[in-house]
Amino acid sequence: MQDIFIPIIYLFSAVLFILGLRQLSHPRTAPKGNTTAAIGMLLAVTATLLNNQILDFQTIFIGIVIGSAIGAVLAKRVEMTSMPQLVALFNGFGGSASLLVAAAEFYKGEPLLVFTLATIILSVLIGAITFSGSLVAFSKLQGIMRGAPIKFSGQHSFNGLLTGVVVLLAVYAVLDPAQASNAVLAIIVIALLLGILFVIPIGGADMPVVISMLNSFSGLAACSTGFVIQNDALIISGSLVGASGIILTDIMCKGMNRTIWNVLFAGVGYDAEASPLEVDPMKTVKSYEPGDTVVIFENAKQIIIVPGYGLAVAQAQYMVHELQELLEGKGVIVKYAIHPVAGRMPGHMNVLLAEANVPYDSLYDLDQINPEFEETDVTLVIGANDVVNPAARHDTNSPIFGMPILDVDKSQTVFVLKRSMNPGFAGIENELFYNDNTIMIFGDAKDTVSKLVSELK
Amino acid sequence: MNAQLLVEIYVFVLAVFVGFEVISKIPPTLHTPLMSGSNAISGITIVGALLAAGSLPGTLSGTLGLIAIILAMINVVGGFMVTGRMLKMFKK
Repeated sequence: MQDIFIPIIYLFSAVLFILGLRQLSHPRTAPKGNTTAAIGMLLAVTATLLNNQILDFQTIFIGIVIGSAIGAVLAKRVEMTSMPQLVALFNGFGGSASLLVAAAEFYKGEPLLVFTLATIILSVLIGAITFSGSLVAFSKLQGIMRGAPIKFSGQHSFNGLLTGVVVLLAVYAVLDPAQASNAVLAIIVIALLLGILFVIPIGGADMPVVISMLNSFSGLAACSTGFVIQNDALIISGSLVGASGIILTDIMCKGMNRTIWNVLFAGVGYDAEASPLEVDPMKTVKSYEPGDTVVIFENAKQIIIVPGYGLAVAQAQYMVHELQELLEGKGVIVKYAIHPVAGRMPGHMNVLLAEANVPYDSLYDLDQINPEFEETDVTLVIGANDVVNPAARHDTNSPIFGMPILDVDKSQTVFVLKRSMNPGFAGIENELFYNDNTIMIFGDAKDTVSKLVSELK
Repeated sequence: MNAQLLVEIYVFVLAVFVGFEVISKIPPTLHTPLMSGSNAISGITIVGALLAAGSLPGTLSGTLGLIAIILAMINVVGGFMVTGRMLKMFKK
């Protein structure tokens, strides 16, 4: 009976995952979607515990309690600015869990079919790369490691060599499954090393791409583990997560006008100490004090706020929301323009603004908002830099040429809130700052916005 | 190639298509909760971890299974909780 009953429950939980993800297509239904998916997981766990192969419930109970407690503490304590690190860490845990499940299947000591052994090798490989790669991404985002790319000569050849060794070991293991033990262990060790080597040359600014990709990997690891233990629930759920990660990776790459290969292998990143930026002394910028700008704000019909990660670093989002409400009280239309790579992971800026109670229907993405800049009186750029650099449209020599940008320079007046004239992540000069219709307001973003708020009151 | 494997490959391919269809309809505003939520879903590997830890107590495989339960549960509980926390913040 359990032969039919348990797989039916698994099917049911897979359906709940899909329905849950579908409800995630609107902020209104999304909380319900999360609950739906969680119920799916609860069903899958319950169905598994009904399996009569399971003899030792005590160990399971201990594992579940410890894991749940750690997960709950992490979820409750994390700051929204640190969400990318947490997701990176979770990717790593997911990958390593799949790695361990596949390894457990291998070390059972039962004779294995060639196909099963091949899927075990695939699982430990993806799982191990996901695990160590995610830990490096976590360290870079958390500031434990420097964000700048770590490169050494012959890096690509060395990685290529290691990959070749993995392939040879895999072939060797599959040809002689009885003697595969050492080969599988070696594959795990090399894969862990590959995960590290693959993420260290990637710069901090490219981490959103890396965590999206590792997100996909953690799904694929679960999926291939599904083939190992012949479980359709793992195959379906793993594929869903794999697909999700691939879509997000693609969106992030397009947002930067880079190919995934360029992100992974070019080692792009700016090292402020190694290459100070040369600024043309002939170019000048206009700079105002916050108080000088009040009249311009009050007379505007529409204001677009362009938030970048600098806004979150300065913790200015709450003040910005106050500014929004104040302006709306005076009859000004306020909209937010969110670039796909604003923040440190897909959708990060939206979460940071939602936390500050900014309603989601005032947030607009690039395609929606770009046609509106021409009819906008004031654009307020806070802590964003490269994503508003007009050079991306016309300067073929610029490293960001071709990147989709927010056309803020087309609005009547642009205020740029900035700490100093330091360049952004890409380490390039921003010609927007020197435009006639651009006015710089130097200082801490939170201070500046709170001054604006008190002046407007 | 046996019949069961073939069915599994069918399931895999179709699930990938369903995944692309469903996920591509999720708006950019919800991409962070999507990532943390899909983290939780990839914790489905808990199923394999439970089987390994529960069916082979006292062996190397059982121990690996126990560690896998802990890691997968962190993902499942942490993932769904943090996603819920974020989604609650989205207001009209």
